[in-house]
Amino acid sequence: MTTAARLWQQLRQRTPLGWLQLRHDRGRLLVALAGITFADVLMFTQLGFQASIYDANTRFHRALNTDIVLLSPKAQNLQNLSTFPRRRLLQALDVPGVQDGHGLYVSTLTWKNPDTRRDATVQLFGFDPDARLFNIPEVIAQQTTLKQPDTVLFDRGARGPYQATIAALQRGITVSTEAERRTLQIKGLFPLGASFGSDGTLMASDLTFLRQVPRRNVGSLSLGLIQLQPGADADLVAERMRRHLDADVKVLTKSGYVAFEQAYWRRASPVGVIFGMGTVMAFVVGVVIVYQVLSTDVASHLGEYATFRAMGYRNRYLLGVVFEQALVLASLGFVPGFVLPIGIYALASKATFLPIAMTAERAIKVFLLTVLMCGASGAIATRRLQAADPAELF
Amino acid sequence: MSTLKPMPIPAAVRISGLQHHFGRGSLRRQVLHDITLAIWPGEIVLLTGPSGSGKTTLLTLIGGLRHGQCGSVMVLGRQLIGCNDRQLSQARREHGYIFQAHNLHRSLTALQNVRMALEVRGDHDRTTMDRRAAQMLEQVDLAPQIHSYPDQLSGGQKQRVAVARALVHNPPLVLADEPTAALDTRSGREVVSRMQQLAREQHSTILLVTHDNRILDIADRVLIMEDGHLREEVRSADTSVRSTTP
Repeated sequence: MTTAARLWQQLRQRTPLGWLQLRHDRGRLLVALAGITFADVLMFTQLGFQASIYDANTRFHRALNTDIVLLSPKAQNLQNLSTFPRRRLLQALDVPGVQDGHGLYVSTLTWKNPDTRRDATVQLFGFDPDARLFNIPEVIAQQTTLKQPDTVLFDRGARGPYQATIAALQRGITVSTEAERRTLQIKGLFPLGASFGSDGTLMASDLTFLRQVPRRNVGSLSLGLIQLQPGADADLVAERMRRHLDADVKVLTKSGYVAFEQAYWRRASPVGVIFGMGTVMAFVVGVVIVYQVLSTDVASHLGEYATFRAMGYRNRYLLGVVFEQALVLASLGFVPGFVLPIGIYALASKATFLPIAMTAERAIKVFLLTVLMCGASGAIATRRLQAADPAELF
Repeated sequence: MSTLKPMPIPAAVRISGLQHHFGRGSLRRQVLHDITLAIWPGEIVLLTGPSGSGKTTLLTLIGGLRHGQCGSVMVLGRQLIGCNDRQLSQARREHGYIFQAHNLHRSLTALQNVRMALEVRGDHDRTTMDRRAAQMLEQVDLAPQIHSYPDQLSGGQKQRVAVARALVHNPPLVLADEPTAALDTRSGREVVSRMQQLAREQHSTILLVTHDNRILDIADRVLIMEDGHLREEVRSADTSVRSTTP
């Protein structure tokens, strides 16, 4: 405690040499800040896209009104769910703590884009229109209309040329199109958004779904969504269910299901690796630029540093000056490096319909990476301090 | 030469049997040969001699800027031979060192440059350090320039800031390496007389390496270095003993 107090006292007494030195050479300062800003913007973009993949691909999962999810052990992700026997869902209803359970059918569907009349791929969900399976108010409000045959709701956040369709639906006009040689009536909109795996989503009743996807057997569910009685512990009931059911079905809690989907995109698909590599590259570029600036700065102050050594300053002090500069650069460079990506995120989310936004967690992460980046550059630059030997210089 | 002295006061600098070599193996070359020397508190000693004779090497050894190899170098009661980096840094805080070039930090004002010499010791708060530094700059007639950067000062003014920096912590020993080499006669004279005057007021010992004949008269003693051997210039016999109170 007293050591900390003394250290703080010393810091306050100390001439901020690193900062004064940086401030004295504006050109060099600007180059360093531009480099750090560049690296930060790159890192924010890469991490932002990466996070948006995970976010976009779990938006559906998080919108589910469920406590426990049943799925096939062969399921990989939302686009490759495979199926499991509906009997398992019915068996699961016997487990104590369970309130209710419903099946959800999921399939990809090639339909004609109502705007362009060209083939496009969307995701189709089929469920009992009397069951409340989604925590999406627009779906809850409109799902009774799904009882009409061949009627669907359309994802307002879908990616692609759907502007005319969306505009018409917003005015309350029914839009019709065709898929698999059947006519579909689009009667409403709901917000979900595109993901990397699908451009858009249609909601339909289970009957419409089965008519649209004739090869699907009614007894083969994609997902089983189970609601628990109030106060029931999901982990506990899930564990009971695992023991109660055969091994041909997988039991996950809702958060477990979200994590399952994220883990797929993280591991089995290259996107995480690509964006991770992009972040590393940005980091390396930042280290190189900051190292250039700091080492030039050290080299051009060797005489002064040697003089300080001759006055009795220890090498440690000079190391401190270099790290002070690194920290100052990191902090100053982070400011534009933080502000610019907010605009870039806004542009990108408009262009890609992916949810990209600044988060506090990511800001802290990038700031720490920036400090680490500048610190690493500083650490390499300090090797040049060896030359600040008063006996050699004078 | 020191053997002639009685021993009531300890010498500021006492060197015996000092040898120094540069290089390794077949390139090894001896630059200092069996140096023996005593400098008394308050003395102003000039060290002169041709270039390459080892003057600066001796000065840097006394100043603790260089690791000594053998012999004995006692400076202000501290043995510098065999010291590690940390101990040498500690020793250097007791000295005032003036270089041939002013070596001021160009990102710092005159005041901040002078304050750096106080800050290294860490025994004053900021206000005290600022006051002391400002006083010191006043004493070298730079009161109007205390917030100027080195680029805004003339050569003589810069060297005076360097003098202020070397003397601000009242060092018992001031070491100067050709402090007038880069200056014209008038500024050189001015800088040296400032040094002399301030050192007298603070009872500092001064060892000054110089080629400059114009300033020989400020010295109590003149030592001559030739090919790594030290000898004393024969002048009046009593100049080596000077009262410490002027």
